[in-house]
This record gives sequence, structure tokens and C-alpha cells, in this order.
Amino acid sequence: MDGIHDLGGMQGFGPVAHSTGEPVFHERWEAEARALLELVASAVGATGGEFRHAIERMEPGHYLTSGYYEHWLTAAATLAVEHGLVTRNELSSLAGGPFPLSGPVLAASVTESAPDRTEPAYAVGDRVRVRDWHPPGHTRCPRYVRGHVGVVVRLDGAYSVPDIEAHGPARRREPTYSVRFDAVELWQDGQDGVTVHVDLWESYLEPA
Amino acid sequence: MSDAHHHTAPVSPVERRVEALKDLLTERGLVPEGYIEEVTRRYESEIGPLNGAKVVARAWIDPAYRQRLLQDGTAGIGELGFGGAEGHHLVVVENTDAVHNVIVCTLCSCYPWPVLGLPPSWYKDPPYRARMVREPRVVLSEMGCDLPASTEVRVWDSSAEVRYLVLPQRPAGTDGLSEAELAALVTRDSMIGVATL
Repeated sequence: MDGIHDLGGMQGFGPVAHSTGEPVFHERWEAEARALLELVASAVGATGGEFRHAIERMEPGHYLTSGYYEHWLTAAATLAVEHGLVTRNELSSLAGGPFPLSGPVLAASVTESAPDRTEPAYAVGDRVRVRDWHPPGHTRCPRYVRGHVGVVVRLDGAYSVPDIEAHGPARRREPTYSVRFDAVELWQDGQDGVTVHVDLWESYLEPA
Repeated sequence: MSDAHHHTAPVSPVERRVEALKDLLTERGLVPEGYIEEVTRRYESEIGPLNGAKVVARAWIDPAYRQRLLQDGTAGIGELGFGGAEGHHLVVVENTDAVHNVIVCTLCSCYPWPVLGLPPSWYKDPPYRARMVREPRVVLSEMGCDLPASTEVRVWDSSAEVRYLVLPQRPAGTDGLSEAELAALVTRDSMIGVATL
């Protein structure tokens, strides 16, 4: 989905709030939120794709105004409600106030497994174009490279396609690639001497 | 432990929400005794940038190791005993006089946990994720990492299964140092690629 999480290249943000030392968890609730998401994901058998998609479905304003571990908490509660472990009412009444959850899944469930494809269609040095499409579900294809041409620099083996595993019991493995894009090809204001490498599943690509 | 915990009233709305979810899951038998404390301890003490610093120092003093590490990051890092979650497929990218590498995850916050620990807040927050792929020279300079205009900048967006580690350049004047002394010079930021040494 074209969600708020897909931040690459968005403008208007200020400086990075950089610090060289900070605790792993600033407050105890952050560690608890992290552990709760791990427990919920394991209890409902959520894949990495389903777990990430639960964060991606957060309301954009909430996403931008809450930190990383509030994202994890929201995803944990959303998955717990969607899989019937708890109810929305139980959560808000125990919390003594609103308990914002992520929005609904927009993509259809995928139930039919397609055969794995492990033989790579592209080789190092091949020019590829990223499909210019807008799937409603989970994808690991960032918006900022869609429609752009890059060069394959590395083959990384076959992995489960996140777009499929996030939406039901079906699984399919496909080759993944690291693809190099010149910044001037990606952005009109691209800086000279800059390349951006993005790791992409084969079905995100077409020959260029 | 849980008794003491329940006597401390949660204050902020987000803490109340965490507490609510935790209580409901505990009631349903889904929170094993001691689980939260155990994972917290593990993240706070077992993984962290000290592991990555050992990898870098070894690569600096042992050219054959450096070669193996650049060839196969997962195996090279595994030689020092590091691996596991978010480290099943590691790629090490090397800085040189001509090339500077920097890592980012624009879609979430992917990061090489076994060698760097959990990511710092700024790595997970929108400004870094939005800007690093578009104006890396500006962001690096703002973060105190000034590079010559002639240095090529390679940004690595961790969008699939690979997690990256930057191998920083060894600082000048460190010839006489031991491996442990070298490791002490290696910062987390230099292994993300937002600093040089």
C-alpha cells in the first residue's frame, strides 16, 4: 500500500535528531511493547510481512507523531484484535481511553501457493526497470524506485515474497537482487556521485 | 516482580495501553513468566556495536579475514561467533578513499542486530529514512560527516533480507595498536556510515 511508512525521498523533514549514545530502551514500556509484539506474532503465527504490514496500516498522522515502539504496540494490539486474542473494547476500557489501532487490510487474502522460482532471471550487470504499480497490500518495493531503471549489482538468493506471505497462508520464494540506481536517475535534484542500492524481489522487476 | 510492577501506576496514555494489552495477554496465558525481563536483558546486554567493532578491528589487522568478510559477510561475521536474528544474510561494504557507504531502511528500520544491536532512535525516525536516499551528502554533512565532493557516496536501502555493515577506513597513526585497542576506536556511527574515524 502507498502508506506513510514508505518514506524514501519525502521532503519537508528537518534535521536528523542525532545522538551518539542513548539507552537501548528509554523507558520500560518500550521493552514491554517490543516483547508483546513478539508474543502476539508468535501466538497468531504472523510472518514478517504480516507484522510489518500491521505497522504500515497505521493512520499516517499517528505514525508520524509516535515513536518506533508505539508503532510496535499498535501493531501488537491490531494483530491481537484481528486474530481474536482480545477485543477492541477490552483494550480501550482497560486503557481507560482510546486505543488507536491500525486501519483494515485493503488487499485480498492470498491462499493459492504458486511454485517457487529459484532460478534467477537476471544477472549482475543487467539493466532492469522497477514495475510502476501500486499494490494495495504489503510490499517491500519502495515507491521512490518504481518506474526507474537500475543495474543489478548482486544476487542474494531466493526468499519468500513478502507481498504474498503478508496476506494469507500462501508462500512463494523468488530470487532477490541488489539494484543500483544513479541518484540523478531517481531525483531531478539528485546529487552527483551518489548511487542508491535497493534490494528487490524478482517480480518487482522487468527487463529494461 | 509483577507485584512491585502493579504498585507503580502507569502515567502516560501509551503506558496505560501497554499495560492494558499486557494484562489481557497475561490473563489469556500468552505471557510466559519472566519472558519480558529475559528479552529485555538480552537486547540490552548481549548484542550491541561492540560486536561489530570486533569484526572491523579483525578486518583491519588480518587481510585474509578482510577478504573473506567482504566476500561473504555472514560467514565472516560468523567466524567471530556473531549471527542470529536480523543477521542471517549480512553484507559488508567497505569504505575507501574513493567510496563512502551508508546504510538506511526507508520502509521500516532494518538493521544488522547481531553486530550493531538495536538501532538508535534517529535511524528509525522519518527524517533519516526520508532524506538519506535523496540528499545523502547534505544529511551526512549535517551529521558531522564531511566528505570530499570527489568521494562517491553509495547508499544501501535494506529493503529485502540482507542487512548491511559498513567497514570504515582504519584511522591513520594506529599502526602500533592491538586488536582490542583498535576495536575501542570503532564507533557505531562509523559502521552505519554516518561518520568516519
